[in-house]
Amino acid sequence: MADGTITIDGQTVPFTEGQTIMQAAEAAGVYIAHLCHHPEFRPHGSCKLCTVKAGGRHVAACTAPASDGLEVENESEELAAGRRALLQLLFVEGNHYCPFCERSGNCQLQALAYRYGMVEPHFPHFYPQREVDASHPDVVLERNRCILCALCVRASRDVDGKHVFDIVGRGIHARLAVNSASGRLADTDLAPGDRALEVCPVGAIIVRGRGFAVPIGERLYDHRPINEIGNRVPESEQ
Amino acid sequence: MSKIRIATTSLAGCFGCHMSILDIDEKLFDLAAVAEFDRSPITDIKQCGPCDIGIVEGGVCNAENVEVLREFRRHCKVLIACGACAITGGIPALRNGVPLVECMAEAYLDGIGTENPSRTVPNDPELPLLLNRVHPIQEVVRIDHFLPGCPPPAEAIWQAISDLLAGREPTLSYTQLHYD
Amino acid sequence: MESLDDEGVVLRVGEVAARHGDDPHRLVQILRDVQAALHHVPAAALDGLAQRLGLARVQVEGVATFYSHLSATARGHYHFLFSDGYTDRMLGREALVEQLCAALGVERGVPSADGRVTIEDTACTGLCDQGPAGLVNGRPLSGLGPMRIETIAGLVKLGVPVDEWPQELFDVADNIHRRDLLLAGPIQSGDGVRAVLERGAEATLAEVERAGLRGRGGAGFPTARKWGFCRQAEADERVVACNADEGEPGTFKDRVLLHTQPDLVFEGMTVCARVIGARRGLVYLRGEYAFLREPLEAVLAERRRQGLLGKAILGAEGFDFDIEIHLGAGAYICGEESAMIESLEGHRGTPRIRPPFPVVSGYLGLPTVVDNVESFAAAGAIAAHGGDWFCACGTAESTGTKLLSVAGDCARPGIYEFPFGVTVAEVLEACGGSGARAVQVGGPSGTCIGQTEFSRRIAFEDLATGGAFTVFGPGRDMVEVALHHSRFFAHESCGFCTPCRVGTSVLAQGLERIARGGAGRADLEPLKQLSGVMRSMSHCGLGMTAANPFMQTLERFPEDYEERLAGDDVMPAFDLDAALAEARALSGRDDAHAHLEQRHG
Ligand SMILES: Cc1cc2nc3c(=O)[nH]c(=O)nc-3n(C[C@H](O)[C@H](O)[C@H](O)COP(=O)(O)O)c2cc1C
Ligand code: SF4
Ligand code: SF4
Ligand code: FES
Repeated sequence: MADGTITIDGQTVPFTEGQTIMQAAEAAGVYIAHLCHHPEFRPHGSCKLCTVKAGGRHVAACTAPASDGLEVENESEELAAGRRALLQLLFVEGNHYCPFCERSGNCQLQALAYRYGMVEPHFPHFYPQREVDASHPDVVLERNRCILCALCVRASRDVDGKHVFDIVGRGIHARLAVNSASGRLADTDLAPGDRALEVCPVGAIIVRGRGFAVPIGERLYDHRPINEIGNRVPESEQ
Repeated sequence: MSKIRIATTSLAGCFGCHMSILDIDEKLFDLAAVAEFDRSPITDIKQCGPCDIGIVEGGVCNAENVEVLREFRRHCKVLIACGACAITGGIPALRNGVPLVECMAEAYLDGIGTENPSRTVPNDPELPLLLNRVHPIQEVVRIDHFLPGCPPPAEAIWQAISDLLAGREPTLSYTQLHYD
Repeated sequence: MESLDDEGVVLRVGEVAARHGDDPHRLVQILRDVQAALHHVPAAALDGLAQRLGLARVQVEGVATFYSHLSATARGHYHFLFSDGYTDRMLGREALVEQLCAALGVERGVPSADGRVTIEDTACTGLCDQGPAGLVNGRPLSGLGPMRIETIAGLVKLGVPVDEWPQELFDVADNIHRRDLLLAGPIQSGDGVRAVLERGAEATLAEVERAGLRGRGGAGFPTARKWGFCRQAEADERVVACNADEGEPGTFKDRVLLHTQPDLVFEGMTVCARVIGARRGLVYLRGEYAFLREPLEAVLAERRRQGLLGKAILGAEGFDFDIEIHLGAGAYICGEESAMIESLEGHRGTPRIRPPFPVVSGYLGLPTVVDNVESFAAAGAIAAHGGDWFCACGTAESTGTKLLSVAGDCARPGIYEFPFGVTVAEVLEACGGSGARAVQVGGPSGTCIGQTEFSRRIAFEDLATGGAFTVFGPGRDMVEVALHHSRFFAHESCGFCTPCRVGTSVLAQGLERIARGGAGRADLEPLKQLSGVMRSMSHCGLGMTAANPFMQTLERFPEDYEERLAGDDVMPAFDLDAALAEARALSGRDDAHAHLEQRHG
């Protein structure tokens, strides 16, 4: 596969060899919805928000390679409906109490839900019982909001070289666990400054002392949708 | 032309959404010109009659909530779920992670300031019986429109009502749609 | 029960790990052995293994919590797993499980008070033609009935070790009712390998191509193409992996092949090794078939003795190839080829991102051919008899024969080897299942059809199948069938991607509501929409097909749904009155306001 161009909703987008559709789109400033993708980390492909139709087939843009002449459909009614359904599934799977969440207004899950006009969760809530881990002096792990994107897993393992987080359990019982015999974050080697603390797209990893720093009305997604401003890491909350 | 009838109620909510309804401020006069309120905390009417629009704040946490919600569904042509609690269970649903027996004990037996020498949970038909979990209202009856927010901004509420009055499908703009 | 303190556990798992060369890639095998030795994988074992293998503890925990044959809490010395396939249910397995629970005073899923006995349900164990079935300490129990359960209960009460139980309890029948190319004329062991040596690798590949062989695991990918890709992939080493996970409910033909024709299967793997230039062969045998391991090892040993495996096979310098058996540990998803490779490498069975495909980057990153047991058997036979022999049978697009695992409402369940192109009606005729209401071809992830479609053909161009052929007789309730299988998929979802992880659970809950009359017509819409999202947006075939039982039965047997729907409107998503039960009990109330009707008044 060599360099070439693809089209995304009719717009020509160049790519270099080895790039995924997502990488090509990002380089060209074309927004494709995503949650588990982060340009600095290995593609993962689990949230499926980035599903596009490429050459007539549904593929995850963050893992599918770009190939010359590929026609990609990104913002169609059908894909929007599918993405909305995925968001609804994520909302009912966890316990997302936006009204008192520190990440509200800066949360990518919420922002995508706004973007796709999700006004209700559509499916019955699971109301799962999940553990909040407040053992660590600097960080709170709020599993109720975790969407299992594994970004913290990748950041800790691949950048911090620590493997503080991983996903355990199977199916709907999959959950984020931490690397200590006690199961507590305080007993891991997580430390302030770890990259893993800055990648969570939702409010599941909260660095203490930073919450609600930005008043409502001035937060990232208060006035403009995520497809216009993209993601920003939670450093913005400082 | 006869006025349209609107009913509102708060189930497992905090009346914050009702405050937001009042926050449409001077538009209340516009509204009063074309609409009148049936059952609502504003009128103190206790039974809902035939209505054009029903606005429900709060989720269902007890048997009475379910009965009131059904009364609204029966009488209102269009039913609107108003606010985070109605749509997701909201703050009251935080108790879903706590066993009901502990909630009851906290409320009736061991809570600070509780005096209950008999140490029994009251057996009183006047008290609405709690559901084991709090649920959003669309998990009980069909809902026609949703206004998210805690509370939904007054503009969103007015947007929805005026859209309905004009015979349009209510649509929220980007800044009118938020969950907090 | 042996009870070890943490230090003892660490020592013990250290011994187990040492037996596996402290190889982290053998983690699943190690954890299986730990489970067998300690009846569970205790927390201390996670620490011990993490240290010993140089892995993060949380990583070991991730693997240990993925497989259903591994448990964090102790299982009994007598550990029963009752097969919960739908055909087992049709044969009355529920009453038998109850009977054994009652006889032993054990609650299902809960260890007995003395910790000696556990009785649990498990997904279809691949003994559908001789159900109700199950496993005790990994050994198969088939043809269960009240008498057998009584015998078993007696043995447990007397404390007879499972190894000393009468052998007939563990007999597994082959039940072959129709033989054709593969089952009728087995080749002499070595014929295929000799042929590939005479003909040469390239010509053998051409022969497989001429045969038109397509993958028997269900997807039907042309086998020669796959082998060709792998052969061309740049690498110093290549791998042949045999997919013997056979997890699709209703399928058991790989069990019978491995029991009756193991040589042919290994022949095919060895032929493949010669064609692609592999030195390593792996068989991924589903954990439920652990009882096949010993006989298979014996066959491998015999083949080594005959010079058909090992160094310089049949004297051909440089033709080195050997086969190793890995066991699964209870995860249907590990039948998906890339999840299988992950599991072989000692990881959670999460399907990989594709591309790269296994033929380019598979086991340990090496180009790997993954083929189904039956595909290898066919390849072995093709090597010996030639491509023309094979493609003379079947249809133009689907050459050769297909082994069908026939079970359910029919007189003669078992294995039927038919040429491709056979109609469903013909198979029904042969197995004594005429008059059926429905047939599920290819298991729950396949296609469920009704009588009007019984003239359709078993073939890749019509009804593709991995081999399951499950018959549902006149009185069968297809909503129950769909509910059962939607629960199966929810249980087996690996949990990696959103549409499948959450969608399968939402769908199973939705079907539960429908089945108990708690849904209205309007409640079907979100489920239909969800099914479409699962199909188009899931990461792998599991999620993509998990809604098939629902969608197909809704389309073909709408009357079963109609009679349950409570009107046109939506119904409450949960049982209102049941949701009040706890508060009623706590308050002692039972007045009119302490109850709610489910239907809207
Ligand atoms: C969820 C899932 C389960 C599967 N289970 C099996 C299985 O048990 N056995 C099998 O041979 N193929 C199974 N497959 C298909 C394999 O991924 C793969 O296509 C097959 O092993 C290739 O071999 P073949 O070309 O010989 O058919 C499964 C696929 C999926 C998506
Ligand atoms: S904690 Fe955040 S980053 Fe980690 S898996 Fe959960 S949602 Fe993703
Ligand atoms: S479709 Fe299901 S089984 Fe496949 S990757 Fe997704 S969650 Fe796992
Ligand atoms: S962003 Fe592609 S699957 Fe999550």
